[in-house]
Amino acid sequence: MTALALPTRKDEAWRYSDLTALARVWPPSEPERIVVGPGETLSRALLQDAAPGDVAVRDLIVEIGAGGAFAMHLLDMGGALGRVTFDVTLHEGARFDLKAALLGAGSQTLELVTKVRHVEPGGVSRQTVRAIAADTATTSYLGQVAVARDAQQTDAEQSFKAMLLDRGASANAKPELEIFADDVKCAHGATVGELDKAALFYLASRGLDPAGARALLLQAFIAGLFDDMADADAHARFEQAARARLETMA
Amino acid sequence: MLTIDNLTAEVAGKPILKGLSLTLNAGEIHAIMGPNGAGKSTLAYTLGGRPGYEVTGGTATLEGADLLAMEPHERAAAGLFLGFQYPVEIPGVSNVQFLREALNSQRTARGEAPLSAADFLRLAREKAALLGLDMEMLKRPVNVGFSGGEKKRAEMVQMGILDPRVAILDETDSGLDIDALKTVGVGINAIMRAPDKAVLLITHYQRLLDYVQPDAVHILADGRIVKSGGPELAVALEREGYAEVLA
Repeated sequence: MTALALPTRKDEAWRYSDLTALARVWPPSEPERIVVGPGETLSRALLQDAAPGDVAVRDLIVEIGAGGAFAMHLLDMGGALGRVTFDVTLHEGARFDLKAALLGAGSQTLELVTKVRHVEPGGVSRQTVRAIAADTATTSYLGQVAVARDAQQTDAEQSFKAMLLDRGASANAKPELEIFADDVKCAHGATVGELDKAALFYLASRGLDPAGARALLLQAFIAGLFDDMADADAHARFEQAARARLETMA
Repeated sequence: MLTIDNLTAEVAGKPILKGLSLTLNAGEIHAIMGPNGAGKSTLAYTLGGRPGYEVTGGTATLEGADLLAMEPHERAAAGLFLGFQYPVEIPGVSNVQFLREALNSQRTARGEAPLSAADFLRLAREKAALLGLDMEMLKRPVNVGFSGGEKKRAEMVQMGILDPRVAILDETDSGLDIDALKTVGVGINAIMRAPDKAVLLITHYQRLLDYVQPDAVHILADGRIVKSGGPELAVALEREGYAEVLA
């Protein structure tokens, strides 16, 4: 088996990555494969909280059978490089939900790369991604949606919102649509903003100190993302981890 | 209790307050009225410490402490409450969580023990009932989807829970129908009409003063108090207009 060459920044999927960090774990381990059978429902939650300086790269390949549904929750916040990729194929009438938060500080690079392939009619995909970057952290969402010629009545949505807390922080959003069917709905939206100064003053006027006010607004920014998690313990773990993380970032 | 002396302030380099002086004693409710652009909201924001409202001269003290030297959250802990003309919506944060954190942050700053969740809920329920606000509203995100009247009621509930020494209420009566106006009036009296508290009511119209009897009325024009008097001054204003009364 020949060694896989380290990607370069010319490669679209690695354009904003930290290749120096990546080299430490290259080549990557085999992608994880998830198969959701026809009519089945499956949910997964991934909390990426690698130790500072570590490199975490996770690749998931998901196949959702006809009428099946797969719900994914992701909290990506650990390591020097935290990269998660999804390659999802939806068969007829299948549904894919992704709700993700990327919470980066220091010099972290956090990336979410998705390719959602609607290969048969009537599939629904929903991707909701929220990113918060402090210090000089980089957060990226590269989301590709491909709709095959036969995949009529596809309904695909991507929503990305990022919050930058410091001047050196960055957020990259790259929605990409490849549509070969003519009766489809594909929506995408991306915004990058800062904390609302009027809201900060309102909270301060009620007695919250600056860090407490910022933490509350950051919590609000990702609020609701994990509310529909099927596993109550996992939900509590996600909320707790996100809250602790945001308090250090605020 | 609140002493403002020769205060001058500017916004974006433009002088708005031009030497404003006012003394608010414990147990008193004063109304400040004035035409649009007189500096009413600027006075409220300057006393609250909003970034962008630059004090260029004068002093303001709250029970002897230099208000202008404090950060906005420190002013709140010192006992100042600012009621907003346009309360801010904060999706994703419930009123209950927000107010409990705000109150406990104030209590911690004053060296008091934080309230437990149960004690806080009891307090919140009591104040919500006082203002006729459904407790369910307090479980919803801060001001999100609230009508104008509900926002102002929620502001009054916040005031009840935070229990300030001095409240500056900026056009709390704007956007209220007559029932909501009555409720807000009753709330101000119930929460703030006390020997150790004081209120500065900033208002455009006289109608709130039908429900909250002020001890003094001041007219603010072009950044200064130009006339002071008793409740009869507000009545004269309503009847004759600013131009006539100031002439």
